[in-house]
Amino acid sequence: MSEGGQVRKGSGSQDEVEEVEHASTDTEPVAKDLLDDVDELLDEIDDVLEENAEEFVRGYVQKGGQ
Amino acid sequence: MATPKFVGVETEYGITVDGPREVNPVLASSLVVGAYRQAGDRDVRWDHTDEHPMRDARGYDTPDPHEPVTDDELGLANTVLTNGARFYVDHAHPEYATPECSNARDLVIWDKAGERILEDAARRAAATLPAGHRVLVHKNNTDGKGAAYGTHENYLVPREVPFGRLTRHLQPFFLSRLLYVGAGRLGTEFRGEDVPFQMSQRADFFEVEVGLETTLKRPLMNTRDEPHADPERYRRLHVINGDANLCEVATFLKVGTMLLVLDLIEDQALPEPPAIHRPVQAFHAISHDLTSRIPLATEDGRKVTPLEIQWHYFEAAARYVKEQGRAAPWAQEVLDRWEALLATAEQDPRRLAGQVDWATKLELLEQYGERHGLDFGHDRLKMVDLQYHDVRQDKGLYQRLAARGRVERLVSEVEIRAAMTTPPTDTRAWFRGECLRRFPTQVVAAGWDSLVFDTGRDALQRVPMMEPGRGTREHVGDLLDSVADAAELLQALGT
Repeated sequence: MSEGGQVRKGSGSQDEVEEVEHASTDTEPVAKDLLDDVDELLDEIDDVLEENAEEFVRGYVQKGGQ
Repeated sequence: MATPKFVGVETEYGITVDGPREVNPVLASSLVVGAYRQAGDRDVRWDHTDEHPMRDARGYDTPDPHEPVTDDELGLANTVLTNGARFYVDHAHPEYATPECSNARDLVIWDKAGERILEDAARRAAATLPAGHRVLVHKNNTDGKGAAYGTHENYLVPREVPFGRLTRHLQPFFLSRLLYVGAGRLGTEFRGEDVPFQMSQRADFFEVEVGLETTLKRPLMNTRDEPHADPERYRRLHVINGDANLCEVATFLKVGTMLLVLDLIEDQALPEPPAIHRPVQAFHAISHDLTSRIPLATEDGRKVTPLEIQWHYFEAAARYVKEQGRAAPWAQEVLDRWEALLATAEQDPRRLAGQVDWATKLELLEQYGERHGLDFGHDRLKMVDLQYHDVRQDKGLYQRLAARGRVERLVSEVEIRAAMTTPPTDTRAWFRGECLRRFPTQVVAAGWDSLVFDTGRDALQRVPMMEPGRGTREHVGDLLDSVADAAELLQALGT
């Protein structure tokens, strides 16, 4: 799991108010890194995703198996 | 005290040839399997002598028009690998069946080795086709257009455990474990239902509670009674309701929890689980729900959620392991991870992204959809759903998430690479794999429970291996080291 996931997990048990307080103080830099990380990931998916998605998805037909 | 369990997982991979010329999937599968052999290798024939796929655990044989003739008769590629696995063509798909493993962690390693073997084999197969053709392989279970193909778990269980008890005690477990077994998919097979995304690839394809079929009218509990081992002592529980997993944590828990639960059932240490009313419909509903908190009706008129069912099994397993006081390290790791996963799911099952496939994929679909303003019906998101399962490490989306450290790994790439060619040391797979490696020209056929040798004598010699826990490196390592060829081995074995 990414570091970001663990950060999210930790804040999950807090109530809304506390979460906002945390977000405004010590977790902010981590959250920013996390967003950068997601951006880079999505950039990469733009790069590797099958170019002609519509045609590929339509043509993806398998024989049934077990 | 429960007997040692063994497990193997068989996966039918999705296959597509993309290019100017159409290649039918049976031929494509055969190309992929055939391409993996080294130049000069020949197929090792599969030994069907002790195979009885139509024998029913309820005590009878059924002729089945859907069961295909054996692949040898069709001339389809079949190989048995030095890692103890079987790699062959089944139902128009390349299928990789792991060697027998003694624990969940090993199973993760040899299952992942299968992904790498498919990646390698597909690349080699493409090189045999005219330029402009690609061979793409997906570790998934449906094309989203009405076809499903299987990932089957196999567990060795003592014959004396009554099949009725197994069915009663496992069914609620099968329903509720979708939380970590599901590989996720967009949409549903049920026309007119609004299901944007569901937990399981396979759930919609299940129609009955108990039965022998695997390709039609799929049953939650499969009754195939073909132990591939001493039939007086063992049955092989053939579990067909799970998904193929990319996430190592998911595979580890899918198999690890089953091994523990089977011990509980064998030792009668499982408090009676709730009997779920209309379980097939419940299976669909759980998959479509994503919260694991959907209230399910029980046969005695109560309500129970999938998460509550999971806690029932977890608590029994934790108590059992503590009382036995002999937990193998893997068993304790299963318990720890299982508990952590259920605790996370209590907060929000979507937080399981990075550990289980459906949540990892869902998070990716939402993030990618948000960036480009796409809804779940859009072809590019359908492409994300599909390409998540692509086995290529440079293109598969799961593989890219793993490379970026966004999914949790349990085993190392070094272990996976080694497992492509070497068998587990503590099951009969070791004898199978080592004989193939050491005596490649003298093993003419192999099965799960036999090897057939040609040592130049008039008759072929068949060595039965009816005990999955025998034939380990500890048992026969020194013996194999002491012989020069298969003839000497057979002499030493007294056959």
